[in-house]
Amino acid sequence: MPSPLARQRRCFLLSRIFHTELGLGLAQAAVVSLTAILVAILASRRGARLQREIPLALLRGLMQILLIGALLAMLLRGPWWTAIPLLTGMVLMAASIVHRRARAIPGAYALSLACLLTGAGVVITVMTLLGIIAPDIKMLVPVGSMVIAQNMNIQSLFLNRFLGELRSHTGEIESALALGSSPDTAVSPYLQAAFHASLIPAVDNLRSLGIVWVPGIMAGMVLSGSSPVYAALYQFVVLGMIFTSGGLSCLMATYLAPRRVFTPYQQLRIRD
Amino acid sequence: MNTRVLECDRLTRTVSVGGVGRSLVQEITFPLERGQVLAILGPSGSGKTTLLRMLDRLDEPTSGTVLLDGKDYRLTPPQALRRHVGMVMQRAYLFPGTVADNIRYGPMQRGIYLEDAKVEALLAQVGLSGLAPRDVATLSGGEAQRAATARALANDPEVLLLDEPTSALDDLSKQSVEQFLSSVVHARHLTCIWVTHDRAQARRVADVVLLLEAGHAVAFGTAKEVLPA
Repeated sequence: MPSPLARQRRCFLLSRIFHTELGLGLAQAAVVSLTAILVAILASRRGARLQREIPLALLRGLMQILLIGALLAMLLRGPWWTAIPLLTGMVLMAASIVHRRARAIPGAYALSLACLLTGAGVVITVMTLLGIIAPDIKMLVPVGSMVIAQNMNIQSLFLNRFLGELRSHTGEIESALALGSSPDTAVSPYLQAAFHASLIPAVDNLRSLGIVWVPGIMAGMVLSGSSPVYAALYQFVVLGMIFTSGGLSCLMATYLAPRRVFTPYQQLRIRD
Repeated sequence: MNTRVLECDRLTRTVSVGGVGRSLVQEITFPLERGQVLAILGPSGSGKTTLLRMLDRLDEPTSGTVLLDGKDYRLTPPQALRRHVGMVMQRAYLFPGTVADNIRYGPMQRGIYLEDAKVEALLAQVGLSGLAPRDVATLSGGEAQRAATARALANDPEVLLLDEPTSALDDLSKQSVEQFLSSVVHARHLTCIWVTHDRAQARRVADVVLLLEAGHAVAFGTAKEVLPA
């Protein structure tokens, strides 16, 4: 039976030129990057300033995934606990990325870290203790990283939306303060809006699971010989974990964020 | 009997712009008696709104303070202070919902639910009788500003701060809102600070006038003294 690479080679251009998996993979990455850069250039003509951010993000993403691929190849032979420093490093990095989206909030890094630990940290720990994530580095790292990465996206969306709401509703918030409301009450509608908006992608992923998209982990499990039914169930479990961790981290943010956007004298720090 | 309700004592606010200190308001001092209307007058950027915001402690003074009934206002928790000192902003900034929801907002923060009759009485004072169930999205600019005033009055404040309350309105609404604000302030015997850049308005509404220029007080006295006809 011919290998997948051999099958591709018969009819597709890149496969005819590149004859090793590494060469083909790099060529595929280059083509996808070029199309993304092209889109960024087109978007910049419509006013979206992405022409610098996108190439850097692509390069960074590629270097990181290659590095983690090499690291995984080494670590996957190690004991399960080596996942702990690896996942901790991912959480620290994720907090740093979230913080860049919410720099206007004083102490944004500590806030992001606390929220990610409450969300991804708690979910990964509890799910491992319950046996839902096998205490095996081959499961802990890929599943844990998915939870952390999606949690990071949810957290970024939350803080970004919250900041936007603060800036566009400064007048309403200060009117509420002037009427004797507490800071928590004054920003409550905007926290709710941020909470709702940040979870939309996770909810939509759950809704469309299996209909609009068949996620990678499911395809991977089927390819590696798991039963398709168990693979499907496990994909549902992973999305459930992502939703739970995202929800928990946003919940934590609704408690922590208002304290950081007001002074001790209940004055709004962030204005339009 | 001491009738001095509010006293500004060398109130100063400096902010850092690009690492350099910029003075917005410098050493402002004035007394205000119970029931008096003070107009703060000055061109754009003279520090009028900054001064008013400091009086409600929405901005923090860098130095100096405000005495309310002889007591340093920093000793009063901000929420309690802001119930005592009401503020109506340049724009109405009504919350989504009905007019009645907005009127009830302030007292609700203390766990007090205003009965329909009280809401109606407040609306009658600002000329909005019968509009309690109206969605605020359907109000005109002048009606919204009246509703915002009724919302501030619902807290029963002793001092009312008005930040250019007519500047965002058309000429017709401006005149009627100015008249109703003046009548409400006098009817309730409120001590009032009214920020405006309109000299004629200041002359019409104020007992005393504070003239600001580039953050400094350049004149303080009765309207007749500071703004001779």
